[in-house]
Amino acid sequence: MPQASRVSIQNADFDVAAEIAALRAGDHRIGAVCSFIGTVRDRNVAPTLAPRGGPAAQVVPGLAEAEPTIHSMELEHYPGMTERSIEAMIDQAHQRFDIFGARVIHRVGLLQPADQIVLVAVTSAHRGESFQACEFLMDYLKTQAPFWKKEATADGARWVDARVSDDAALARWGISAINA
Amino acid sequence: MSPSTSSPTHTVRVKYFASIREAVGLGQEEVSTTAATLGELRAELIARGGVYAEALAPDRAVRMALNQALSDSTATLTSGAEVAFFPPVTGG
Repeated sequence: MPQASRVSIQNADFDVAAEIAALRAGDHRIGAVCSFIGTVRDRNVAPTLAPRGGPAAQVVPGLAEAEPTIHSMELEHYPGMTERSIEAMIDQAHQRFDIFGARVIHRVGLLQPADQIVLVAVTSAHRGESFQACEFLMDYLKTQAPFWKKEATADGARWVDARVSDDAALARWGISAINA
Repeated sequence: MSPSTSSPTHTVRVKYFASIREAVGLGQEEVSTTAATLGELRAELIARGGVYAEALAPDRAVRMALNQALSDSTATLTSGAEVAFFPPVTGG
């Protein structure tokens, strides 16, 4: 059976239902499908410094109440390395979790608020493995795959800063990252 | 080879991405270098001064890739290698 494409980097939007249908097609072992969709927010709160003597990291407050400031978002990637790194992380997911298939789509170029950015979908016999593998793949992608976001705001364009919390998320899987 | 012999010169392709690409002002270039490692190449580029010194400064968060794999400053350069410098990644 020919191996369907596991990784796509593209400008075009994607159809979640069609992608999941293709991932499930003909595989009657599957009892669970888990998917994650990342979308463009219209607002961001700059991470605040921890208070003196306070905890090193804290939850960013007030995102829901923040003013919508992001007009659009531009996504850049490293053609070749991006696809390779995602293929490698899917291989790792297969080694770590008892999953049947995985599909990753990541958009690049100019996106608008509410647009879909990324899809990660995983199939397995039972829900636990696909939940875990889906989260593992997103944690990995956030810190290891070469993509960069630039937000356009009324004050001009700015590159998005990496978050230490994303490195911490990957650390849960026993992988140390030095991205942020 | 005696220590006094200078390292051989080789050519590598260097790519820049995101804020570093903008700061340097180009996406890629061929670099003729005697650097043996990624770290030495970065130091050589910094020594050019100007936008290179600023974009690749030692205190900046710069990630490096060698032949499309994340690598550290000790990674060994070979002729024809593809090197990339970029800021921490922010996809997803």
